[in-house]
Amino acid sequence: MTSEKREVVFSIFRGDVQGGRYEDFRIEVSHGTVVLDAILEVQAKYAADLGIRCNCSAGKCGSCSAEINGIPRLMCKTRLSDLPLDKPITVGPLKAFPVIKDLVTDVSWNYEVNKKITPFTPARDTDWRMQQYDVDRIQEYRKCIECFLCQDTCHVIRSHDKKKEFFGPRFFVRLAGLVMHPLDSVDRLQMIKDNGGIGLCNVTHCCTDNCPEKIRITDNAIIPLKERIADRFYDPLLMFIRKMFNK
Amino acid sequence: MNIYDTYEYDVLVIGSGGAGMRAAVAAQESGAKTVVLSKCLLGKAHTVMAEGGIAAALANVDAKDGWQPHFKDTMFGGKYVNDWRMAVIHAKESPEAVRELERWGAIFDRTKDGRILQRAFGGHTHPRLCHVGDRTGLEMIRALQDRTVALGVEVFTECIVTQLLMDQGAIAGAFGFFKSTGKMFVFRAKAVIISTGGIGKIWRVTSNSWDCTGDGQALAYNAGAELKDMEFVQFHPTGMVWPPGVKGLLVTEAVRGEGGLLKNKFGERFMSKYDPKRMELSTRDMVARSINQEIVEGRGSEHGGVYLDISHKPAAYVKSKLPSMYQQFMEFADIDITKQPMEVGPTCHYTMGGVKVDPETQESTVKGLFAAGEAAAGLHGGNRLGGNSLSDLLVFGKRAGISAAAYVKKTNNLLSVDPVKIAQYQKDLVVAFDRPGKETPAAVHRDLQEVMEANVGIIRHADRLNKALEALKDLNERYKHIHVDGGIGYNFGWHLYLSLASMLSVAEIVTRAALERKESRSAQTREDFPKMDSEWRKKSLIVKKVNGAVQITTELLPAMPEELRQLLGDEAK
Repeated sequence: MTSEKREVVFSIFRGDVQGGRYEDFRIEVSHGTVVLDAILEVQAKYAADLGIRCNCSAGKCGSCSAEINGIPRLMCKTRLSDLPLDKPITVGPLKAFPVIKDLVTDVSWNYEVNKKITPFTPARDTDWRMQQYDVDRIQEYRKCIECFLCQDTCHVIRSHDKKKEFFGPRFFVRLAGLVMHPLDSVDRLQMIKDNGGIGLCNVTHCCTDNCPEKIRITDNAIIPLKERIADRFYDPLLMFIRKMFNK
Repeated sequence: MNIYDTYEYDVLVIGSGGAGMRAAVAAQESGAKTVVLSKCLLGKAHTVMAEGGIAAALANVDAKDGWQPHFKDTMFGGKYVNDWRMAVIHAKESPEAVRELERWGAIFDRTKDGRILQRAFGGHTHPRLCHVGDRTGLEMIRALQDRTVALGVEVFTECIVTQLLMDQGAIAGAFGFFKSTGKMFVFRAKAVIISTGGIGKIWRVTSNSWDCTGDGQALAYNAGAELKDMEFVQFHPTGMVWPPGVKGLLVTEAVRGEGGLLKNKFGERFMSKYDPKRMELSTRDMVARSINQEIVEGRGSEHGGVYLDISHKPAAYVKSKLPSMYQQFMEFADIDITKQPMEVGPTCHYTMGGVKVDPETQESTVKGLFAAGEAAAGLHGGNRLGGNSLSDLLVFGKRAGISAAAYVKKTNNLLSVDPVKIAQYQKDLVVAFDRPGKETPAAVHRDLQEVMEANVGIIRHADRLNKALEALKDLNERYKHIHVDGGIGYNFGWHLYLSLASMLSVAEIVTRAALERKESRSAQTREDFPKMDSEWRKKSLIVKKVNGAVQITTELLPAMPEELRQLLGDEAK
């Protein structure tokens, strides 16, 4: 695509929790345009009441999550030059959450899950010294912008709707950051296994593939947590000893 | 018409950024029943955009640092029109504010001996900015969010407040609605804290988020509170200039802190002409003006900016110290900053002015109304140093929360709210749905941004400021002819229409204040008054709504004790 403008068709979901349909809008775009720019253009010209969430426009606040051509992405970070422009670009709401209006979904479940996590609890007598190599890996988890694209992608939530028994990738990332915090004093593994339902994850890496912050959710957060849980609760030798001594 | 929900709290915090959450935490910890009203979802406020760090004289990297040098730098950066009392409190209390964040789970980059690492930054004489790569704001918001949730502070997300409710000159609550349903509410509260951030969305080229529409400044102004220093708007020297969708997006000062060089199209390090001593690490207003000068005089880059180059540093170092910048340029502009220079230009970034507050309690001139963070004025004077915003949020957010809770303890009952007024507010809220009109919120907003960009930008002149006032009159007229389509549930156009009311008020206030200050001082550059004037050094401009119009008066800055004056040296006189 060169600097001149070209016409692109956007097929955008209009509707609410009752249902809706995709409506086509034809607009002119130039090189460097992202999907959010185009949506705002549609709003300015044709559909002022179009419901969207956006704030920073820079991939940092994680508000403008949507499904673009069926793939969960941030609208502000999806460049048109990376999409096929000869056919309509579909933009719809996240599928794993109830629609409020148009592209806005009710993501409040995530905030409820978050409340169940015991906050960071430092040991009483810590001197607050931490080495950079000790915090490198948790700093990766803390890059999370809570766009909830991983939650939307995860088939445990998306296809099986196990919201009652499963925390989802976002909160395994948060929990990994707490479990591996050099100064945290809470034992969280039982909770991650029983309440978090981490066993339901079968490591398909879909969350990792869709993370705009490129956090290696599966390999660096979920699998290490699963390993710790396996060591604690499913070590065959320990299980045998526990059985023998009825512990 | 009585179709709203009523809620009752001790302390109502409007805004969920760093200042709002820090205030809510402090108020709740002080025993007040506290609620936060947020325009966005929790954890998505503009604070997440802060990159470089939190300025606090921990002296972890340079033992010579302390509150005195931090105070001195802040006053120098603000060209001495700061409220010195706030600058002292800020310099003394910010180290503890950072440690508090760490106790709540924030993880800063570390020194070799395991303490919080601090980096150099423009205008700071010692390495002072505690940071997490270049995503410090996100780390801060997450730590505060976790603390807010842990304390059980109630948070209502995605709501818009359109009116503060008053009872005989004191604050009684707030009126507004929930975005998702359009359902209206009245929050009755004994104290209200404004922490709604800045006003950057009134300019076209801005680093500010969509929510930065000056709602808090407008709410306070309409409630009769005084605003201060509204002429001082910071244009950050380095925003992205290309592609168009991200024009204005911030390029952190940390790039220069880590050794990035500014060059014009001839490859000259032009800062040597403007500030040979500080070079790239000069204050923001100086760097912004210098870049502007290079561009105006035809030495700019391909897309109308200048070059910022960090490619002489090892690629691995750049990626570890500036990961978001690396990603940002890679993803939006196909530029690998470890190999190629970035293109940057000035962008509207920060509002030094805001609600005038008591330096210790953060109470405004309206009883029971408090303000903290970017929405409040005083600490930064004529210009803010990088890193002083995050520490401002923490220090004065905390103070606002504690003071509001103390105020609540002295107040017996909730004040009454006037049902007649509320009925009027309800009508006003939906008026644009029912009336015919050919204007759209987007068109009026776009034209407002153009007016401010062209006339109330980085270099100002009475002719252009007057032109802006004329244009604003016209825009206010057009505002009355905006028609809003659709229903009341999550209607973006309606929300923009309502925010425009704040933006138009604030735009006029900034323009009038800029016209009034007839000198050039830090962020205020007047072509027609190019010199700094020692008379203006002594006073602030105060804005108040009188008989429905903007009234501007001057107020003398508080006298500074002799020992502080000596600390600042001759330059401050």
